[in-house]
Amino acid sequence: MSIDMSQFYQAFFDEAEELLAEAEHLLLALDLDNPDSEDLNAIFRAAHSIKGGAATFGMTDMAEITHVLENLLDKIRKNEMALTGEHVDTFLEAKDVLNSQLEGHRSGADVDRDVQEEVKRKLKALSEGKPVSAAAEMASAAPASAPAAPKPAAAAAPAAPVDKMRHYHIDVKALSEKDTANLEGELGLLGEVSSKRLDNGHVAFSLKTEDSEDDIISICAFIVEPEDIKINLQSDGAAPAAAAGAPADGKHRFNIEVPELSDKDAENLKSELALLGDVSISKAGGKTIFALATEDTRDSIESICSFVVDLDTLVIKDAVDTPAAAPAPAADVAVAASGFIEGDGFGFFEPITPPPPAPVVEAEPPKPVEAAPAPVAEKKPAAVKKEVEKPAAAETTSIRVGVEKVDQLINLVGELVITQAMLEERISKLDPVTHEDLLNSLGQLTRNTRDLQESVMSIRMMPMDYVFSRFPRMVRDLATRLGKKVEFVTSGAATELDKGLIERIVDPLTHLVRNSIDHGIEVPDIRHQSGKNETGRLSLSASNRGGNIVIEVTDDGAGLNRERILSKAKQNGLPVSDTMPDSDVWQLIFAPGFSTAEQVTDVSGRGVGMDVVKRNVSAMGGVIDIRSALGYGTTMSISLPLTLAILDGMSVSLGDNMYVVPLNLIVETMQPQATDIKTVTGAGFMVHVRGEYLPIIPLYSLFNQPTQITNPVDGVLVIIEAEGKKAALFVDGLVGQQQVVIKSLETNYRKVPGISGATIMGDGSVALILDVPTIIKMGQNNNSEGVYQ
Amino acid sequence: MSSISESGNNDGVTNAKEFLTFVLGNEEYGLEILKVQEIRGYDAVTKIANTPDFIKGVVNLRGRIVPIVDLRIKFNLGKVEYNEFTVVIILNLNGRIVGMVVDGVSDVMSLQPNQIRAVPDIVASIDTKYIVGLASVEEKMFILVDIEQLMSSTDMELMDSVAMH
Repeated sequence: MSIDMSQFYQAFFDEAEELLAEAEHLLLALDLDNPDSEDLNAIFRAAHSIKGGAATFGMTDMAEITHVLENLLDKIRKNEMALTGEHVDTFLEAKDVLNSQLEGHRSGADVDRDVQEEVKRKLKALSEGKPVSAAAEMASAAPASAPAAPKPAAAAAPAAPVDKMRHYHIDVKALSEKDTANLEGELGLLGEVSSKRLDNGHVAFSLKTEDSEDDIISICAFIVEPEDIKINLQSDGAAPAAAAGAPADGKHRFNIEVPELSDKDAENLKSELALLGDVSISKAGGKTIFALATEDTRDSIESICSFVVDLDTLVIKDAVDTPAAAPAPAADVAVAASGFIEGDGFGFFEPITPPPPAPVVEAEPPKPVEAAPAPVAEKKPAAVKKEVEKPAAAETTSIRVGVEKVDQLINLVGELVITQAMLEERISKLDPVTHEDLLNSLGQLTRNTRDLQESVMSIRMMPMDYVFSRFPRMVRDLATRLGKKVEFVTSGAATELDKGLIERIVDPLTHLVRNSIDHGIEVPDIRHQSGKNETGRLSLSASNRGGNIVIEVTDDGAGLNRERILSKAKQNGLPVSDTMPDSDVWQLIFAPGFSTAEQVTDVSGRGVGMDVVKRNVSAMGGVIDIRSALGYGTTMSISLPLTLAILDGMSVSLGDNMYVVPLNLIVETMQPQATDIKTVTGAGFMVHVRGEYLPIIPLYSLFNQPTQITNPVDGVLVIIEAEGKKAALFVDGLVGQQQVVIKSLETNYRKVPGISGATIMGDGSVALILDVPTIIKMGQNNNSEGVYQ
Repeated sequence: MSSISESGNNDGVTNAKEFLTFVLGNEEYGLEILKVQEIRGYDAVTKIANTPDFIKGVVNLRGRIVPIVDLRIKFNLGKVEYNEFTVVIILNLNGRIVGMVVDGVSDVMSLQPNQIRAVPDIVASIDTKYIVGLASVEEKMFILVDIEQLMSSTDMELMDSVAMH
């Protein structure tokens, strides 16, 4: 126990967070009437994994909640209890509590104890309060027709079910005085405890508790190695013979067959399995066979075994499975040395060593199967066996890497691309005939570099699912709170977007979705009156459209009200006219302080307003567009560039320097005729382009840079457009179009007006990227000041 | 540089600090060597519009965009010319990388706290508030500069949010 655990904390936090998110996702998707057992299993597994991790790291609060949660889930998934809406709600609450606990452990913050206790109480009530009503289902579904309360926490041999108190003997190998005291203190938390030091150096504890063996082990694990602990249930009153009804104790007997293991592996696996329940080991016909009695599932067994053996070679069989077999064992009981009772079948006793013929029922196990584990004096029922269906879950092979590492990689590849471009430039001066080989090799290098760059850039891309997955819960909660019925659909969740953008799109998108539910979708009554389905439909979609990604929030609600927006706009003093096209009217809602909501709810008015949404989207280089029809719904469409790190740019020259203009902001480029240039008093030069007069912004005067070309006729005009305004940027000439890697100036310097960033060109020099919206504004100011006459 | 710093430590002195000394005009200055990332020659810089002339522009330092300040212009010292002998000291100030052009780099020396004297009311080219002390070694006097304060000052116009002093 001397390993420093802290290094694993982060991994646990990340994993737990993911598991919680997944569990939530599955919970929301659950169909109450007919829950998919695979989903239930997956939720159970998530809870189980978190419990394991939390216990390992000593986060007892999380372990406690997951433990209760797990118990309840286990009953549901074994069909011992029907799933209700109440369950799902409580699970979601528990998930939230776990999340906050996780956050608490991560940041060292305090977590509200009351909430935790409340959720724990609810879960306990649900899992204990209902077994009676669930008994009917149990009888039909659970093969082991159980007595009144099949407490999953039942221990090695089932004590009288009435009395939940159990008396354990815990034998621990050599323990120091101090550890003994510690352990006694810990165990004291579970119930009454007393300790005695034995002659052989072992320490024996005697514990009276309601808790299960698992709990004891997890507590002991802080102080001693699990394999040094031996726990026996003291058979207070409940004679071993009374335990003959073994199959009904909630435990399953499994026979686990694996290809013959080395002694060490076998010992390892045995000690691992011992954590789940009672285990015994035997070898036969080139196989190692473990007989295990446990409350845990096949899944947990598989996951434990997977540390030691290949899952493909693993066969897990139910030792007692059919109701038919259940009564039989009572008559014919064999008590194993460990005190573990192995039920037995209809005289299908199988000899220990000779491999018996494989039962036909089993569908081709990888190795010849034999049914008899039979250690010591055990016999095994072979009545009906079920082949374990191994989940064909596709293994997701991924590694976690910090963003900085990826960014560094991208930077380095950027460097490589630049170096490669430099090499190319140098080599182009060589004679192609004499240096043919070199040129060919360089061509190869060029292709490889480009591929490398593309693959590296794709690392930063994340599926939109990352954003979408947080909405179902929000929509559900919000709709419930507002008394609306909303069906939420997403599409295109696999569409990929740069990680930087993904994170920044969350807030605006949250606002739009919230808006749609609050203002868009009507309450069921009104929907009914207007002849619509009472359940509103809200869809969130993402798709790629020509170098951009388009994210749309669509609802089939009331739609935007043109009249109301116009009157509100007039009221706010915005310049509007009644003949404006719809698209312009819709854009009005992005004006600051604009709200047409008849009443302010606690939903609207929180977080960002529509103007902030628009600003955020613009800051990402995107545009937002609205389509709406009164009575039929609204679509908000956000169009974003694929990535922030790379920009398609046009490089232009000015004097000795080079600048990059973002290509998406360029309308066209032209070499003007003298007749196209007009002067306007006090407003500098204008150029006549296709019926429009655009102001000319000479970059050399804006940036105070010397250049030979001062007459627009000798240079090039780049028509730029941003925020609805157009202007003609006057530069010396066009150099070429290329993709550039954006680097921030602010990392080591500061913000410069008119410059949005820098990039490194093929020759290793730095070129600045123009901030087009600011340049247009600067140009206006310059002009009005009459800089040039 | 590392060999020098080792020899400095070998003096068995715990409180000694090492300084890189550089020349600006007729004066010799020292700055804490731990702030120095590297020393390199002067490369072509990319000018930035509407900045004071002592900010020469930005260079590509292995993929990072680094601003270059010419202290000779800033403090009106020395001959401002750029050739193969022009030296740029690349500083790493709390992660921010800045290059400064000086007349020359002379030495690395280890100074005991008792070798550093308080600043008298002298007239140096650099404002006294950025000077931490004076040191005289072998009849030569060095002005020790708090380079972090200097570079983050408003005068240098290198940062958006100016550190208060």
